[in-house]
Amino acid sequence: MYNTPRSISLFLGILFVLMLCYPLYGDLIFGSKSSFYMQKLTSIIILAILAMSLDLLVGVSGLVSMGHALFFGLAGYVLALISPEYDAANIWIVLPAVLASCAVLGLIVAFLTIKTSGIYFIMVTLAFGQMAYYFFNDSDFAGGSDGLYIMMKPAVMLGDLQLLNLEDKHTLFYVCLACMALVYLILRMLLRSPFGQVLVGIHANEHRVKAIGYNTTRYKIVSFVIAATLAGLAGFLAATQYGFVNPSQLGWHTSGYALMMVIMGGAGTIFGPALGAFVFEILHSFFESFTDHWLMLMGTVMICVVLFLPNGIGGALLKLVERFEKKNKHIQTGDNDNG
Amino acid sequence: MDFTTILIQLLNSVQYGLLLFLISSGLTLVFGIMGVINLAHGAMYMIGAYLTYAFVDWTGSFGLALLLGLPVMLVVGIIIERFLIDHLYKKDHLFQVLLTFGLILILNDLQSLIWGNDTHGVPIPDLLSGSITLTDTMQYPIYRLSVSAICLVLAVAMYWVIQKTRLGMTIRAGASNREMVESLGINVRTLFTIIFAAGVALAGFGGMISAPLSSVYPGMGDSVLIICLVVVVIGGIGSIKGAFWGAMLVGLVSTFGPILIPSLASVMVYLVMAIVLLVKPRGLFA
Amino acid sequence: MKNTLNYKGFTRKFRQIALAGIAGALVSGGAFAAEPVKLGVMLPYTGTYAALGDAITKGLELAINENGGKLGGRDVEFVTIDSEANPGKAPQNMNRLINGEGADVVIGPVHSGVAMGMLKMARQEGAIMIIPNAGLNAATRQFCAPNIFRTSFSAWQTAYPMGKMAYEKGYRKIATIAWNYSFGKESLEAFEEGFKAAGGEIVKQFLTPFPKVEFQAYLTEIASLKPDAVFAFYAGGGAVKFVKDYDAAGIKKSIPLLGSGFMTDGTLTAQGQSAEGVMTTLHYTETLDNAKNKAFQQAYQDAYGATADIYSVQGYDAGQMLVQALASLKGDTSDKDAFIKALAAVKIDSPRGPWHFSKAHNPVQNMYLREVKNGENVVVKIAAEAVDDPATGCTMAQ
Repeated sequence: MYNTPRSISLFLGILFVLMLCYPLYGDLIFGSKSSFYMQKLTSIIILAILAMSLDLLVGVSGLVSMGHALFFGLAGYVLALISPEYDAANIWIVLPAVLASCAVLGLIVAFLTIKTSGIYFIMVTLAFGQMAYYFFNDSDFAGGSDGLYIMMKPAVMLGDLQLLNLEDKHTLFYVCLACMALVYLILRMLLRSPFGQVLVGIHANEHRVKAIGYNTTRYKIVSFVIAATLAGLAGFLAATQYGFVNPSQLGWHTSGYALMMVIMGGAGTIFGPALGAFVFEILHSFFESFTDHWLMLMGTVMICVVLFLPNGIGGALLKLVERFEKKNKHIQTGDNDNG
Repeated sequence: MDFTTILIQLLNSVQYGLLLFLISSGLTLVFGIMGVINLAHGAMYMIGAYLTYAFVDWTGSFGLALLLGLPVMLVVGIIIERFLIDHLYKKDHLFQVLLTFGLILILNDLQSLIWGNDTHGVPIPDLLSGSITLTDTMQYPIYRLSVSAICLVLAVAMYWVIQKTRLGMTIRAGASNREMVESLGINVRTLFTIIFAAGVALAGFGGMISAPLSSVYPGMGDSVLIICLVVVVIGGIGSIKGAFWGAMLVGLVSTFGPILIPSLASVMVYLVMAIVLLVKPRGLFA
Repeated sequence: MKNTLNYKGFTRKFRQIALAGIAGALVSGGAFAAEPVKLGVMLPYTGTYAALGDAITKGLELAINENGGKLGGRDVEFVTIDSEANPGKAPQNMNRLINGEGADVVIGPVHSGVAMGMLKMARQEGAIMIIPNAGLNAATRQFCAPNIFRTSFSAWQTAYPMGKMAYEKGYRKIATIAWNYSFGKESLEAFEEGFKAAGGEIVKQFLTPFPKVEFQAYLTEIASLKPDAVFAFYAGGGAVKFVKDYDAAGIKKSIPLLGSGFMTDGTLTAQGQSAEGVMTTLHYTETLDNAKNKAFQQAYQDAYGATADIYSVQGYDAGQMLVQALASLKGDTSDKDAFIKALAAVKIDSPRGPWHFSKAHNPVQNMYLREVKNGENVVVKIAAEAVDDPATGCTMAQ
């Protein structure tokens, strides 16, 4: 699973290029709705980043967190709180600050929770997420349950030169797309590295890895911190896109949906959870567009995925490719026999 | 705070704690014995409350509503265990989390389909509608005290069943070694169905007897679920004793906390949980 | 009911697509009269606030149906979105209505947090937004804008007049209690402002965690403080539980309960006997004695088989406002500034009594002092006439 088969890489590449070119054909296909779909696409891309970061925990390290939205929401709050009220913030200051605060909080939460495992870890992370939710929900300084505005999007400047204008919807779209690609590549590299191999080993059999002499707790803490930081990046982009943060973004429903995206897409495949985010959000919008009872449909989809597609879309794709390759190989060896 | 107020607040803590125990016990029971986490536990509480509302409306009697409601809850539990949970025993807890999360969405929607979105009150049964005078301005409703009494009786009964009876022994054995119990010729599958249904019925029963106190409204199960999780985490997952003392602690903290430190009103309980975890990473009684 | 409504919405949408196809085929010019007016409706249809979203939608539909289902001679197309009362999704949903569906007007929401998210987008995109409930002061104060209207109330309006009423009743020391969220806090602040201005004293303010409904500890504190009266704000399930607990704790006998009107609105059946005697202020009550209200209640009963509540009225007035403004424009919404001017100029003959917009686009309306008698909110008197929100911080009001 550490190497994506070539055909799947090709498939992902095509999807990526299709998104990359969206501004070229969006107007032709969707007409006046094109700009709306691009913004929707941007927000799904952001969720895909969140889902991939969660996959590092769930799929790779085997740490099922039900409180991952904590870092997603926290990032937005930090951005809103440190941005000047009527001026654009300097992205070279606020972005590192946001990521650092997510990393630090990730370290604290990891320290408190990492010794637990299985069901305990699920419940404890969920409880910590709720703690953060209530903290912001009750806070005077962060606007309580109404949340906070970010009046101006962060400015991307080099000296006096404006490199990127995030207020522009196209630019923001490309920035988010680039971040998604970047996060994917980072996670891939991480998986191939010795560090990633240890994480995979811990998932498979923690006792054995421990017996070889690795300090597994430390490895798990580091993976938790990395995942928290990447979720922070997603949270930063989300808060930038709509300029609005609210406690509901760190509630356990958001964490649950993120977890669903991971499973729906295929845990441990990295690319799968990103696909999962797209499928989940598109289904949601689709159901919502024709019935008030979309909750029931979404719930049913979730149950069906758990029962019938536990390895997710990514898992199904991998299996398909595997079978296809085996068949090919078989034909090839058959040819050899003939010759 | 004068002495009388402190005493009354203690009474409030114990009363709230006992109710919390009743609702959490089902959650911890199902986990401890079957290794299943049921996020839809709060939704079961909600269904219990709505059933009471519907049956009281229909029969006019709270007692009858309880008698009708409990079997329905058991059936709901059996259906969910047989058709859904049964597929997940050998899988990661992750799938239980997602499946029961999906169940919450469905049940919340069903509730709105069947009963609409209004808030409803359930009248306190006549027999228990009086109150006891505590101070010149304060009374204590008898119904509240009766709920506490019922919770206490259930707590003792549960302790007795699990520690002293044959069924309890089988259950405890099943929790520690499923294969061994099976080799003794006991049908673990049926046992698990019974336990899951009992857990659901406990949550439902909590909703039923809370209905006259809390009224009945959409989404009422969500906050109950979270506070139950905290109780169970503090007490140690799977421990009935832990759930009892966890509930008592949460009752105390959420009664005195907001009065003494208003700014931390809702975070307080979680802070206590974090401290417990620092000292005892697996809860107080695991 | 909601199903049929959605089904209607769906077929309407379908028909419109067909229409658009024909129009496209004919390559007709911009004949606006042929195009329906698009109303984006963003209200909660699931969760705790679903009943409110439902009532507002019905009120809105009723007003438009009474006008032959048309606005300024044009057909009306509804695009409804479930806001889920989830503020995190508000900007996305708003974006879908404005940019995705091209709504001419967006009507929503119920929840103040969602309003914050919608306001942000409405201000950014310049879309016309009519708030049929959310009472956060900020919407017609620091965040006011020409394109933002509110047909309901500000938190301040619903609580300030009670201050004077409480003093007139002879109360001098009052404790206040509400959920710790912005609407709760704003209600308490407004009441305290009014009560202190009249000469009263606030002995203690309790803010309880939102949306939790465990009040016993607070009631014990109140009982030991022994104030002359208590002013409270809760809504929905919280209001039912609070009023029942307050009564069950026996405090109501010695310490009367006052509140913002939402505490006893749409909740009286559930509250039962325990709400008797609770006094509140609000801009409406179902039994209000005027011809318009009687006709409205009858029409609502006929159409939906239910009693119209405050939320239906606010939705109804949003509809009336559109009917009037589009009639004066003869259906031409192409000039946005003219459209906004027409909306701001409406004079509504509402079931709650006549009202018009302030400079900040908040209703200038009467507030009624009401008392719960035999399970109904009965008007005692007008607490204050033509109450106008101070609109502090709104540039349009200066």
